[in-house]
Amino acid sequence: MSLLELRGLTTAFQTGRGEISAIEDVSFDLDEGEILGIVGESGSGKSVTALTIMGLLPQPPARIAAGSVRFAGEELTTASPGRMEKIRGAGISMVFQEPMTSLNPVFTIGEQIMETVRAHDRMSARAQRDRAIEMLDRVGIPSATERLNDYPHQLSGGQRQRVMIAMSLACRPKLLIADEPTTALDVTIQAQVLDLLMDLRDELGMAIIVITHNMGVIAEVADRVLVMYAGRIVEQSPAANLFDAPQHPYTKGLLACVPTLEQDRHRLIAIPGALPEPTRRPPGCCFAPRCTYCIEACHAAVPPLIVQRDDRAVACIRADELVAS
Amino acid sequence: MSPLVSAVGLTKTYAITGGAFLRRQTTALRAVDGVDLDIMPGETLGLVGESGCGKSTLGRTLIRLIEPTGGTILFDGTDITALDMRAMRPKRRAMQIIFQDPYGALNPRMSVEDIIMEPLVIHGAKGDAATRALVADMLRLVGLPQRAASRFPHEFSGGQRQRIGIARALALKPRFVVCDEPVSALDVSVQAQIVNLLQDLQAELGLTYLFIAHDLSVVKHISDRVAVMYLGKIVEIAEKRTIYAAPQHPYTQALIAAVPVLRPQDRGRGRRTRLAGEIPSALNPPAGCHFHTRCPHVMPICRTQEPLLRTTAIGHQVACHLTESP
Repeated sequence: MSLLELRGLTTAFQTGRGEISAIEDVSFDLDEGEILGIVGESGSGKSVTALTIMGLLPQPPARIAAGSVRFAGEELTTASPGRMEKIRGAGISMVFQEPMTSLNPVFTIGEQIMETVRAHDRMSARAQRDRAIEMLDRVGIPSATERLNDYPHQLSGGQRQRVMIAMSLACRPKLLIADEPTTALDVTIQAQVLDLLMDLRDELGMAIIVITHNMGVIAEVADRVLVMYAGRIVEQSPAANLFDAPQHPYTKGLLACVPTLEQDRHRLIAIPGALPEPTRRPPGCCFAPRCTYCIEACHAAVPPLIVQRDDRAVACIRADELVAS
Repeated sequence: MSPLVSAVGLTKTYAITGGAFLRRQTTALRAVDGVDLDIMPGETLGLVGESGCGKSTLGRTLIRLIEPTGGTILFDGTDITALDMRAMRPKRRAMQIIFQDPYGALNPRMSVEDIIMEPLVIHGAKGDAATRALVADMLRLVGLPQRAASRFPHEFSGGQRQRIGIARALALKPRFVVCDEPVSALDVSVQAQIVNLLQDLQAELGLTYLFIAHDLSVVKHISDRVAVMYLGKIVEIAEKRTIYAAPQHPYTQALIAAVPVLRPQDRGRGRRTRLAGEIPSALNPPAGCHFHTRCPHVMPICRTQEPLLRTTAIGHQVACHLTESP
């Protein structure tokens, strides 16, 4: 049994113009100790996937229209709010993109970490404090005992993100979801935070979902990758194969359009057009209007995610031809 | 060939007032700290560095969008540092800027035509048919349909908005354009379109770019030469080819090493060395070499004496004591 199993998950939002599906038919498994990367651009549905797992979307306007989320064998989509509160923190916890706004400016970081501990485990004030110091130490904050009394504004962006990770670890979760954990950080600090995530996995055996728009971040940390586009998974692959042999035209395009330090190109191969708005998604394959391999049949029906060899899956009706060519 | 834009000892300091009541004190924050720089006609100079290193301030000071505190700016051989507003105006036509945030840089209440026309009107054009025709030309140039003219910014995607910003910057036919993180706010699949457009326009119009970015891969793609900034100072400038193949300043080396690598086979064995610590406060930069607190090769001299930008054996300009000693 996998630690986390998503099956056909569809989350819709009620808007002035009717109900819009933010994610559609999202299915994947995650094992203990595995790092799964979810990559996609804005509006691809990667954050909605994470927030649905966490049960953090206000309902309404959000509604889980179909599918299931099973965590350690337990169904989460129908779990009571009280039960979800227990699972958040001790079972699954989340680190957000904005380390500036996710911390409360009027409490010290020590108080904020201890609050998290207190919400889940009954223990003495001293034990809470020890746990907070242990966690700050664990995420590489120097002289943790003194820093406990610091307010968020006294820390740099990288340190705040470390504090956020410390908070999310405070109840020893089995799964950590990191939503764009390094997007607001400089490249040298990003490297430090990614190293920290991998160390935590190695030492604590946690599973981690890293959500990002940056293929480089995925390449650095992920064991397995999901590529999302316009609310659907278009490709799923072990990270090692994805970068050498992308199968979906969108993945190919994403990899070809970013300049890298290793290769010299005279001109970047741009993907034409822009992402479709959720209200104006085209019928059939959502990527078809931007796809250079598009044929008539692509507009007819949404291509299913079909499992290939080597633990890969791709949602493209021409995938076999494209791999062969 | 003489440079189009030169900075000599360019400095921008901000007075920061802090401290408790009755103990207020003013400290000078040196955002740009004695920068010497030449930008050649027709080239793209990339400017990289982490947030807060002063790269945007430098870009804006070069075109006097921010007034310098000290030093000299030469544009096409003329000292423009002390020109008054009237004398500066014809120069302004020749130097424009493209901003990072395509959402914040366009007035939401102006139509695209008015946005692109505004700089033309400021510089004396009448809002007549000839000016409208010029706007139509600009739209064509940046790849927007003619019907965009009567629409408003909110009707466009991020990439299209950035095209509007580019059209506005180029309407006055400038020679020098500061591109301040022009693709950082865009989706990955759209970034390449804008980078290609900027390169096409440069070839077509003979533009000179200062391309400011924190993404080293994009800078490598678009630049002829690259300058690396750290805490208000330039620590290395070199040709693109050699700076990425053989970075000489330890900070440049660390920046390049920190960029994630896409293809597993391009990766070195095991983990690369990481730069420890964080960028110190610009209010109170370390003595000597500003980088010494994070430098893996720090020597006693680095803590006391500031290294000067010197040309090394392989033709880089580097400010580091390591490359000074033979």
